[in-house]
Amino acid sequence: MKIGIVVFPGTWSDRDTFYALSEVIKIESEYIWHKDQSLNNCDFIILPGGFSYGDYLRTGAIASFSPIMEKVIEFSKQGGAVLGICNGFQILCESNLLPGILIKNKNLDFICERSFLKVNNQSIYSDQYKQNEIINIPISHGEGNFQLDKYNLDKLEEEERIIFRYSSETGDETEIYNPNGSVNNIAGIVNSKGNVLGMMPHPEKASEKILGGEDGKRIFTSIIENISQNV
Amino acid sequence: MYNLETLKELALTVPEYNSIVDKLEREPNELELGLFGALWSEHCGYKHTKKLLRNIKSTSKLTITNAGEENAGAINIGDGKAIVMKIESHNHPSAIEPYEGAATGIGGIVRDIFAMGARPIALLNSLRFSNLENVKNLEIAKGVVRGISGYGNCLGIPNIGGECFFDSCYESNPLVNAMCVGIVDTDKILSAKAEKPGDLLLLVGAETGRDGIHGASGLASQNFEETTELRSAVQVGNPFLEKLLIEACLEISSLKGLVGMQDCGAAGITSAAIEMAKRSNLGISIDVSKVPTREKMMTPYEIMLSESQERMLLAVTPNEEKEIFEVFDKWDLKCAIIGEFIEGNDASVYNKNNLLSKTPINILTEAPEYDLEKIIVDFKPKKHSFTLEKKYISFEKQIIDKYLNKIINSNNIVSKKSIFQKYDHHVQTNTVIEPGQDAAVIRIKGTEKMLLFSCDGNSRYCHVDPKTGAEISIAEACRNVSVMGGNPIAITDGLNFGDPTTPRGAYELIETFKGFSTACEKFDIPIISGNASLFNEGHDSSIYPTPIIGVMGIMNKKNKIPSLGFDKIGDSVGLLGKKFWGSTKGLSGSEFQNIISNNSKGELSFDIDYEIVLQKQIRTLVDNNLLESAHDTSLGGIIVALIKACNFNNLGVEINKLLPEDWAPAMFGEDQSRVIFSFQSKNKGKISKVLAGFDWEEIGIVTSKDIIFKNITFETDNLLKSYNKGFSTKL
Repeated sequence: MKIGIVVFPGTWSDRDTFYALSEVIKIESEYIWHKDQSLNNCDFIILPGGFSYGDYLRTGAIASFSPIMEKVIEFSKQGGAVLGICNGFQILCESNLLPGILIKNKNLDFICERSFLKVNNQSIYSDQYKQNEIINIPISHGEGNFQLDKYNLDKLEEEERIIFRYSSETGDETEIYNPNGSVNNIAGIVNSKGNVLGMMPHPEKASEKILGGEDGKRIFTSIIENISQNV
Repeated sequence: MYNLETLKELALTVPEYNSIVDKLEREPNELELGLFGALWSEHCGYKHTKKLLRNIKSTSKLTITNAGEENAGAINIGDGKAIVMKIESHNHPSAIEPYEGAATGIGGIVRDIFAMGARPIALLNSLRFSNLENVKNLEIAKGVVRGISGYGNCLGIPNIGGECFFDSCYESNPLVNAMCVGIVDTDKILSAKAEKPGDLLLLVGAETGRDGIHGASGLASQNFEETTELRSAVQVGNPFLEKLLIEACLEISSLKGLVGMQDCGAAGITSAAIEMAKRSNLGISIDVSKVPTREKMMTPYEIMLSESQERMLLAVTPNEEKEIFEVFDKWDLKCAIIGEFIEGNDASVYNKNNLLSKTPINILTEAPEYDLEKIIVDFKPKKHSFTLEKKYISFEKQIIDKYLNKIINSNNIVSKKSIFQKYDHHVQTNTVIEPGQDAAVIRIKGTEKMLLFSCDGNSRYCHVDPKTGAEISIAEACRNVSVMGGNPIAITDGLNFGDPTTPRGAYELIETFKGFSTACEKFDIPIISGNASLFNEGHDSSIYPTPIIGVMGIMNKKNKIPSLGFDKIGDSVGLLGKKFWGSTKGLSGSEFQNIISNNSKGELSFDIDYEIVLQKQIRTLVDNNLLESAHDTSLGGIIVALIKACNFNNLGVEINKLLPEDWAPAMFGEDQSRVIFSFQSKNKGKISKVLAGFDWEEIGIVTSKDIIFKNITFETDNLLKSYNKGFSTKL
C-alpha cells in the first residue's frame, strides 16, 4: 500500500506528514504535485495543512480548483480514503466533499495550542481509539471555526459523523474548551460514506513522544490497517 | 552640485558628499548619488559600528563563515550539518506601519537564511514596546504581533521563542528584532558570490514596485522625528510568494548552474548586486529595462533603489540557466536575467543601450568609517545613585503583598502565552520544548542532537551601565540555555541604539562592545552574525541601549531536559550560587525599581568568571540526569523565579529561610548568578559530589501549594492566577 500526500503551492504540512508516515510509522509515502494529472496508484490520499495559494479569496477555495483535485474528487467518489488536515479540511469543504464551512476563529486570531479532543470511534480513521477517549493533538489555524446549517448539523449528529470534538482534558465540552467557536465543538467530521475525513487538528504533529505526545498516530494507523485489510 | 534637500533624503552629510566627489574625482550623477545613499547608509555601510565590530570574537573552531561576509553566520554542529542564523531588526518600519513592518522583518531575515542554501527551521523574536495603557502603544504591539503571526505562520516556520518587554523608553521607538535559524549540509552552503566574468545576474520573485525607496537610507539611518511622513518607505509583504521562493530556491540550490545567491533586502538591487560583485572581486553590469516592474514608467533610479519584498538575486553559469528557469516555472515564479558579472571593478547601470552610470565598486562599497572614540573625548556619563526609601524596609505583610502583587501583575513578568499562541510553534515537528521556558529546544532529525535557543536582552541594565549590562546580556542568554543542559556555542546579536553621533550614543556603543568583547572571550563563544539599528530616537528621547542576544546551545537527545518548574511534591529544592536573597545593588535597573520610581539607576555588580563556572556546573548536573527542574533568577528576583517554578505544575514550595527585614531587595533584587533547581532526594549525594567546592545549598522542599518561608507565607492561588491571566490589556 502507498500513501499520496498532495502538495499545493503554500502547503507546509507535507513534509511533517511525510516524516510521520515514512519515518515514524514506516509506510511508503510519496508527494503528489498539484499540477499532476494522476494519483499515481496511491491507496490513500492526504491533503495536508498549510496556506495553499496563500489562502487568498477564501481558505482552500483556489486549491479546490487545482488540476489534482478533479482526480481526488473522482477517487473519493469511488470510495477511496481521503484525509484533509487543517487547510486540507478547508479544501474538502470547498470541494463539497464535506458539508459546512470553516470561518475565522471566534477570537479573530490565529491559535496554536495543544487541544484535547473527544473521539467517536465509529469510523475507519478512529477505530483504534476507545469510544469517548480524550486525546491531545495540536491545532494551528486562523480559520477553523466550523459552521453548518441546522438541518445538516442534525443529520451529522444523527449519522454519528462527528469524529472529533474539542473538550477539556476530562471530556467537558462546555464553551470554554472550544478554542475556535466551531458549532457543537466540531473538530473533525466524515462524509456520509465514511471514507473522507476532515479535521482541523494536526495528527502528524502528535505522532512522537519527543514532541510531547503520540495521540495523533492512531489516526494514521487506523486508516492504514483498514485499507490494508481491503487491498 | 548637490542640493541639501536631496542629501538629507539620502541621509548623506555634506562632508560625505565631498568625500564622494574627491574619490570619484568628479560629481556623481543623480543615479550614482542614489547608489551612494544606499550603500553608504548606516544599514548597509555600518559607518558607526564597523570599527567596533572588528574587536569582537567572531570565529571559533566550529564557525564556517566570517561574520559579515555572507547573508548570515554558519556554524558546524557535526553529522555533516551546519546551522545558519541571524537576527535582524525592523524597528523603524514597525513604528510606522506595525503589521507590515513586522511582517516584512520576518520576510527579510528568512531570505537571509535560505540565501545560504539553508532550510529555515525556527524563528524567534524580541519585542520592545512602551506601556500598553497608551492606546497608540497597544495598537503598535497588536499590529507587530499579528504581522509576525501572519507572515511567519504562512511560511510554515515554527516561532519557538523570544521575549517581549515594556518600558517607556520605547515610546516613540518600538523595537522588533527577528531571529531566524536554518539548517544545511555543510557541503551545500551557498555563498553570495559569482565565480567568473560572464556569470549571469538573475532576479527572481516579486515584480519591482515603487515601495520602500530610500528605506535603508531614509528609515534606518536617520532619527525618527524627521521620518514619520515617509509612509511609502514601508514595504508590503506577501508571505505566500516568499514560501514559493523558499521552496524553489532550495530546490535549485543543488543545481549545477547555480553559483551564488543573495537576498534582495534593504537598498534593493543596488545593495544586493553590488555587494555580490564586491565579494566576487568582479565588476557588474545591470540593465534596468530587464527588471520586471509592477508599475509603468518607473525610472532607473526607482528600479535600482526599490525595496520591494520577496526578491532574490542569483549568480548563474551562462548556458546552464535552463534547469533553473524550469524550477521557477514549476513554482510559478517570475524571473529575469538583468545583468552579468564582468571583469574589472565597475558597477555599470544601463537602460537598454544607454549607459546611465559607471562607478568604481571599491568606492561605492567603502562607506566612511567613524571613530566613535573621538566623539566621546570630553564625555562623562552621568551616574545616578540609588537608595531605598524607608517604607520599603518596614516589615509589614500588607505592604509586602502590595508590591508582590504589582510585580506579578507587571506586563514584563506575566505569562506571554497570548503572544506565543498566535505563532505556530509545532510545524516542522521538531519542537521539544515550546516557547515560555528559559530556552526553546528543537531536535535535529537524523541526528542524536538537540539545539537550544534563547533570544534575550536587558536594556535597563545596559542603561545603568552599558558595559556590565552587555556582559550580563550575553551571560543571561547563555544561562537560559545552560540551565536546560545546552552548551552555548554561537551568538547572533541585534544592536538597537540611539544616535551614535551624540556623545551619549557613542559612549553606549563603545561600552557595549567592551562588554561583548569580555563576555565572548570568557565564554569562548563567537558572535557569528548580527545587525545594527541606530538612530532610535525622536521626540527628545532615545531608547536605552538595547543589545539583543540570540544564542544557540547544543545537547544530546538522550539527556533529560529539566523543566522550568517543580515536578513532584516531596522533591528537594536547591540553590546554585552564592546567596539566596537579593541585595540593594541588585535592585539597580530592576523591575521593582521601575515600579516604585519609573526609572533605572544605580550600580551593577557582576562576576563573569563566577558565572561561567556556575553555568558549567548546572550543565554537568543535567548531563548526569540529576535534575527535575532548573530555572535561573532574573527579572523580578528570587520570588518571581519561585512563583514561575510553582506555576509550572501548580505546586508550592517550603523554604528553610527567614525573609529578611529588608524584604524588598531580598525578594526583588535581580542579583546575577543564581539558579533554583529541584531534584529527587535520593540524588543528593551525587549532586554534592558534582558540586563539591562550589556554592550550593539545599533550601527546601516542593509542596502542594503556597510559597512558605519560616516567617511568612505567600499564597500561590492569586499569584498564579495573576501570572497566568497575562497582559493588563488584551494584546
